Amino acid sequence: MTYMNKGIKEIHEALQSGKVTSRELIQESLEKSHQVQEKCNAFVTILDDAKEKEVTSDLLSGIPYGIKDNYSTKGILSTGSSNTLKDYVPFFTATAIENLSKQGAVPVNKTVMDEFGMGGTGTTGHTGIVRNPWDTKRMCAGSSSGSAAAVAAGVYPYATGSDTGDSIRKPAAYCGIVGYKPTYGMISRYGLFPFASSLDHCGALTRSVEDAAIVVDAMKGIDKLDMTSWDSSNIHLYESLNGNVTGKKLCYVKEICDIANYPNATEELKEHLQNFKNCLEVCRSLGMEVEEVSVDKTLLNALASVYVVISCAEATSNMSNLTGLIFGPRSEGRDYIESMKDYRTKGFSPLIKRRFVIGSYVLQAQNKDRYFHNAQRVRRLLVDEWNKLFENYDAVILPVGSGPAKLLEKNDDMLDKDTTILEEHLQIGNFGGFPSITIPDGFVNDLPVGVNITGKCYDDENVLNIAYALEEKLGYKGQIAKEVA
Amino acid sequence: MDNNYKVLIGLEMHCEISETNTKVFSSARNSYSDVPNSNIRPVDMAFPGTLPVVNKEAVKKALMASIILNCKQPEYMYFERKNYYYPDLPKGFQITQETKPAPVGIYGSLKFNCNGEEKEVRINNIHLEEDAASTDHYGSYSTIDYNRAGVPLLELVTYPDLHSAEEAVAFLETMRSIYQYAGISEADSKKGQIRCDVNVSIMDKDKDESKEENWGTKVEIKNVNSFGGVRDAINYEIERQIELKHTGNYDEMEQQTRRWDEELGETVYMRSKVDAIDYKYFVEPNIPKFKISDQWLEEIRKNIPELANERKEKYMNQLELSEYDATILVKEKSVSDFFEDVLKEGVEPKIASNWISSIMLGNLNKLEKEIKDISLTPKMLAELITKVTKGEVSIKQGKEVLLKSLEEDLDPIKVIDDLGIKQIGSLDEIKKIVIEVLEEQPNAIDQYKNGKTNIIDFLVGQVMKKTKGRANPSTTYDLLKQELENR
Repeated sequence: MTYMNKGIKEIHEALQSGKVTSRELIQESLEKSHQVQEKCNAFVTILDDAKEKEVTSDLLSGIPYGIKDNYSTKGILSTGSSNTLKDYVPFFTATAIENLSKQGAVPVNKTVMDEFGMGGTGTTGHTGIVRNPWDTKRMCAGSSSGSAAAVAAGVYPYATGSDTGDSIRKPAAYCGIVGYKPTYGMISRYGLFPFASSLDHCGALTRSVEDAAIVVDAMKGIDKLDMTSWDSSNIHLYESLNGNVTGKKLCYVKEICDIANYPNATEELKEHLQNFKNCLEVCRSLGMEVEEVSVDKTLLNALASVYVVISCAEATSNMSNLTGLIFGPRSEGRDYIESMKDYRTKGFSPLIKRRFVIGSYVLQAQNKDRYFHNAQRVRRLLVDEWNKLFENYDAVILPVGSGPAKLLEKNDDMLDKDTTILEEHLQIGNFGGFPSITIPDGFVNDLPVGVNITGKCYDDENVLNIAYALEEKLGYKGQIAKEVA
Repeated sequence: MDNNYKVLIGLEMHCEISETNTKVFSSARNSYSDVPNSNIRPVDMAFPGTLPVVNKEAVKKALMASIILNCKQPEYMYFERKNYYYPDLPKGFQITQETKPAPVGIYGSLKFNCNGEEKEVRINNIHLEEDAASTDHYGSYSTIDYNRAGVPLLELVTYPDLHSAEEAVAFLETMRSIYQYAGISEADSKKGQIRCDVNVSIMDKDKDESKEENWGTKVEIKNVNSFGGVRDAINYEIERQIELKHTGNYDEMEQQTRRWDEELGETVYMRSKVDAIDYKYFVEPNIPKFKISDQWLEEIRKNIPELANERKEKYMNQLELSEYDATILVKEKSVSDFFEDVLKEGVEPKIASNWISSIMLGNLNKLEKEIKDISLTPKMLAELITKVTKGEVSIKQGKEVLLKSLEEDLDPIKVIDDLGIKQIGSLDEIKKIVIEVLEEQPNAIDQYKNGKTNIIDFLVGQVMKKTKGRANPSTTYDLLKQELENR
């Protein structure tokens, strides 16, 4: 009997009834970790000495889970998948992880990510590329690549992730699982290695909406160490799931979803969008109203640049603390400047350096208004546009990406210009801090694809409930990756 | 100094807020004299994932300073990142405030007194930021103390409205007094709590100062850490710039940053304005903007403690002290507080003022001590003063007792006991000696009877001689007079 491929409630019941012990679960999860490590390279650290926890009435007690390696964990190597922190063992734990510990959750590994979250391929971590458990020639997307791979492979029911552009929600789609980032500030970011503070969210990767609700219920809460966190004690994600969505109103954006936008569309893309259309019909069959809306294409076209400018600017500054002087492997050099330069030159991957150059450039006095301030203005316009949609609709529903997981070989992290909007629109959820969840909505070429539901700030219960009802009907809940290639 | 030029001086005064429990964005203790690297939380060393949390008390004190400086307070509070690399700045940026969006205070002004003349300086802005760590450089290595990293710091920027080193120092002294009286900071430059950048330029005297195009080339002198340094640096820089005018090289001088070398007594070229660092400011995303309510501002305004100028007026108008004495008493808050505590013990204001401003401060000056270094309490001083006014101790002895107690950190009462300098209090005892003296000096009685009444002073002296100064002079005088009249 295996349990790590089950949902949290089922595992919890098995624990409570004594069918299985926390010790046995950890054992199973560790064994799977090593298997998945071999196949997918999903972990920076596997905690072979993980200790069982007492099983209580808390749903997560005694159950193994994974932690993305950009969460600070006391006494456990936390690298952010970067050479600059390859030996960094923090002396404090991120609030979100503390909160999970209070519920008796048991971490069994730290997962590989794109270096400091700054990538969408899972190929830039210092321990090597992460492979998709559905097809190891393909990527998981990123940056929460290892978490997505491990959850999809059935290492445990959930792992933490972080999401600055789509870093939870895109890998979830590529791996056929659920990825949820709640409203900005619902989960404290204290102890999360920052990428771009105004866009960074903590969240979870699971195999069901129910599990996502349970996990985020445990992770969330106001934190005096994070001024952007807020009191969500009146929000009960798990308890509010009832599947009753009759009369809910959804919209999708024509300029993103209509196949006519993509004259050079591949068969994959066509199938993906057709699949999405089918998904909309499922929504209607659940009693929801689904309407097409139109958003200014010029605004949408600016989206990717806005993201690059803001995220790179904040990242450049956020990562200025990485000097190798106070923590991290110290470099040699005649003086501190030389040693710092050596450390940063050797430590960061070329992709990150490119982003630092962009970040510095857009913040320079002579460029700041043209790039950084304009990006902020457009960010505001996009958020206003989406908030306007939320006046009439409970949520915006959109397809994730342009199809299933991409092949690793062809990837160079450069986007196909034609499908940029399709690939990047999830970033709007970060611009506005909106609650946003991806669930699997089918298969293209036997590989999973995903659909995303995004709602207005603080309306997480509503968003999850819509996803919950849709998931039930679609029937991909709890799916485990089967190697298809 | 060459009288053909007018000097324009602007100041940037940094003052640590020392009177908060914790640092400005960190829960580490805000305390100066501890073991190096002991007041630190992870955020002070920028460990990955740490976040700033604003200390409301520091914001309150900053707003109080803003109100006192007649600045405009912002509707919303923002902080900004100032990005640059230096070992004393672990995050790689400093959290500070820029003029856009508004800092804690903008466009104010302050009147101050310079050598008896009232002056006014316009304030461009005052903002709240975090201090950097402190570094010490030795031959082959440097040390860093992160205790100071994150200590709240107020930076005040004036317009170039000051015209001499004296004015600049008088302004700085006024500000120090404000910070001390308002309970914002100890403002102790010996602890490095005050640091200044000074902008100096000269212009032709006959031109209109209110027109910016008439100003000369601005030279900024960085990191001047004492008021004496400010004075010397300004005077040096004025001379240097006038000299450039005389040699015809002034027009070649570029806008530049210099530093004050205290040992050389010179300003030294650091960099040209052209090489100024681009700090790439942007709004700190981890601190949401927050509203400063009118109600909160009103509450802060109401709670501004009595400042030096208000105390001075009170001392002159209500306590009837001279302007001179009042000025001395309020110069340092610690002195003024000591004075007020002595009054609470029931001592007459004028008497207390004399003892403190002329006797005690003189002694402290001689001993090179400050009021906060001494063990003498206001209560002890009040007891000593009472003994003197009651006549139990003569004024001369009282002064000696005070000096000794300040010098050796003793309670004046103990000093009196130790020296055995109790006055002869009982009338009978003095009367006995008075009669003795009169019997020895029959001539004096005759002279008195013949109208030479001041002979009585001579007789008082005789009594003092016999008692080794232990008799109360005024009692002795009264008894002698009585005895002489009766004969």
